[in-house]
Amino acid sequence: MPGTTHTRNSASAASDRLSVPADAASAPAGTAPAAKPAPPRPWAGRAAASAAPRPGRYLFWLVTAVLALLLGSAVAVTIGPADVSLTQVWGSVATHLGLPVLADGTPVPPLTDAIVWQLRMPRVLTAAMVGAGLALSGAVMQSVTRNPLADPYLLGLSSGASLGAVCVVILGVGFALPAAAFAGALIALFATLNIARVGGSITPGRAVLAGLAIAQLGSAGTSFIIFWSAKGDSYREILNWLLGSLAGSSWTSVLISSVALALVGTGILLAASRLDAFTFGDTNAASLGINVNATRWGFLVAVALLTGAMVAVSGAIGFVGLILPHLVRGLSGPGHRRLLPLVAVVGALFLVLADTLARTVFDPRELPVGIITAFIGVPVFILLIKRKRSAAWA
Amino acid sequence: MVSAHGARTGNSRTALDGAAGVVLDEVSLRIDGVSILSEVSAALPPGTVTGLLGPNGAGKSTLLRIIAGIDRADAGTVALDGAVVGQLRRREAARRIALLEQNLAPSVDLSVREVVLLGRIPHRSRLLGSFGGEDDLGVALAALAMVGAGDLVDRRWHTLSGGQQQRVQIARALAQRPSLLLLDEPTNHLDVSAQLSLLHQVRGLGLTSVLALHDLNLAAAYCDRIVLLQAGRLAAFGTPAEVLRPEIIRAVYGVDCDIVPHPRTGHPVIVFSGPDEPPRPNEGTP
Repeated sequence: MPGTTHTRNSASAASDRLSVPADAASAPAGTAPAAKPAPPRPWAGRAAASAAPRPGRYLFWLVTAVLALLLGSAVAVTIGPADVSLTQVWGSVATHLGLPVLADGTPVPPLTDAIVWQLRMPRVLTAAMVGAGLALSGAVMQSVTRNPLADPYLLGLSSGASLGAVCVVILGVGFALPAAAFAGALIALFATLNIARVGGSITPGRAVLAGLAIAQLGSAGTSFIIFWSAKGDSYREILNWLLGSLAGSSWTSVLISSVALALVGTGILLAASRLDAFTFGDTNAASLGINVNATRWGFLVAVALLTGAMVAVSGAIGFVGLILPHLVRGLSGPGHRRLLPLVAVVGALFLVLADTLARTVFDPRELPVGIITAFIGVPVFILLIKRKRSAAWA
Repeated sequence: MVSAHGARTGNSRTALDGAAGVVLDEVSLRIDGVSILSEVSAALPPGTVTGLLGPNGAGKSTLLRIIAGIDRADAGTVALDGAVVGQLRRREAARRIALLEQNLAPSVDLSVREVVLLGRIPHRSRLLGSFGGEDDLGVALAALAMVGAGDLVDRRWHTLSGGQQQRVQIARALAQRPSLLLLDEPTNHLDVSAQLSLLHQVRGLGLTSVLALHDLNLAAAYCDRIVLLQAGRLAAFGTPAEVLRPEIIRAVYGVDCDIVPHPRTGHPVIVFSGPDEPPRPNEGTP
């Protein structure tokens, strides 16, 4: 009987090969399994503190990022043709929110107050929401498609959303803007994934190629519709939708983008740990108890919603969703419960800074913010392509 | 008659309830009218290592996915310790059954610690709950130690050799704390030494295990039982000595072979004959 010729020396086999570092060796010998499967074994092995991932470091980066975002946004509001001080920014915000104004009590001049509250605040807040939403979308897409190049802009979602948005703007039904942008993003997503699919599997390279085609189609469609309708400064309008611009931000934009971010973002954050299960592929995720198809489509529809809302208020801004997750992963580690909150905050900070550059560098002329994000994003993108070693990029 | 002899006893519903180990009861699957598996039955006692053998396309991977509860059978059931796998919630199934597929992702940029912690996902509370907390980390380190890979804990995944990656993946599966371990061709792409030590280690775990294997000799050396599939049907089921016989191997794989006892352990060793070699003496002319 071959079965009996093997002695079940599981305990000694385990200890023979045990060459673990000192902290792991504290696991008692009882962790070796009994010969028969049985009720849960005493997995009493405890990790020494040194072996634990450092939660302090992550918290440090998160707090730093939030503080930088608050400070950066406040400073961004002060920057512009009219001089505004940080104290005046605070004074204006505090007055409108009914908070106590600082002690020195000089009232903010009405003109300054209007500049802060009606012009710059909505713009900075919209930039923050859009940046957070796009970065979050990119991080989720990269995980759920296991494609390090996935991003709403590169895979055509943003162009699709732009096309949808422009259609309703031309038709004059502006209230349907977010819904149309969402529909456009969703259609573009389905189209990209269907073109890229060969026999049930989607390689990252094919997804990017299909996304390129869909993005070109969406851009061409957007340009065509604006050009054809030809009212006013159509070239500028086209540029703003294709490259993205926050110039038209109002409190309505803040409302649309913040509601989308709050609702969809919360849902994504609550389900974040399911994304971890996709690391080694679908079967692996299924083996870890994940309903693979439902989870993937749930996340992708959420990303389309988020992208649609963001594009509706800002046009198609590129590279935020592509590069920030890669940069932030180095700080947070790959676990999504840590990655996603930090990537949202850093995305917000990034777009606030990029938009401030866009409206000040060639003052009084404004650049579409997508030009700035592309100038920063493309070199990083090239670095990513050059550095990665694996066949997963083929 | 070797075919399925072990399964018939577990065939009736009453025997199935509460039976320990894995009981396959007439598992069948058709896809687009093509039969992938048909009426596969077998009973695998707890703590045994079962080799799942068969030519390419015989249905080994599909059967493993059905046993794991990832795919559903059209007809028939799989029961683990008396519970029907297809009726378990996904998370519940993932706490009892761990499946490792062949495909490794060499490019994944995670530390070994993080890879093994993935196995704790089915045990996390649904929404919040700790991620990679002390308890999870303790389980992960213990699992790594069980496969003799404790010293790899701080390495990056993509720097590991194939054998080390396979070992870390098994540790990841063990971190699920399963009572059933399913491995799809775990020895693929491994050198001889890594193959032997990996299978030795799997045996040493004492878990009920099912291993899809291509190498009949590895199956003969390391498995208590063999499930031999041919075109989705159970060709034979039993101990290696019962299943790995020249006439059965010839019928399933279409190759000639001799079975000799291993000089040290006595388990069957299959010695294959190429098509251009003379037929075996005992199979000569009438």
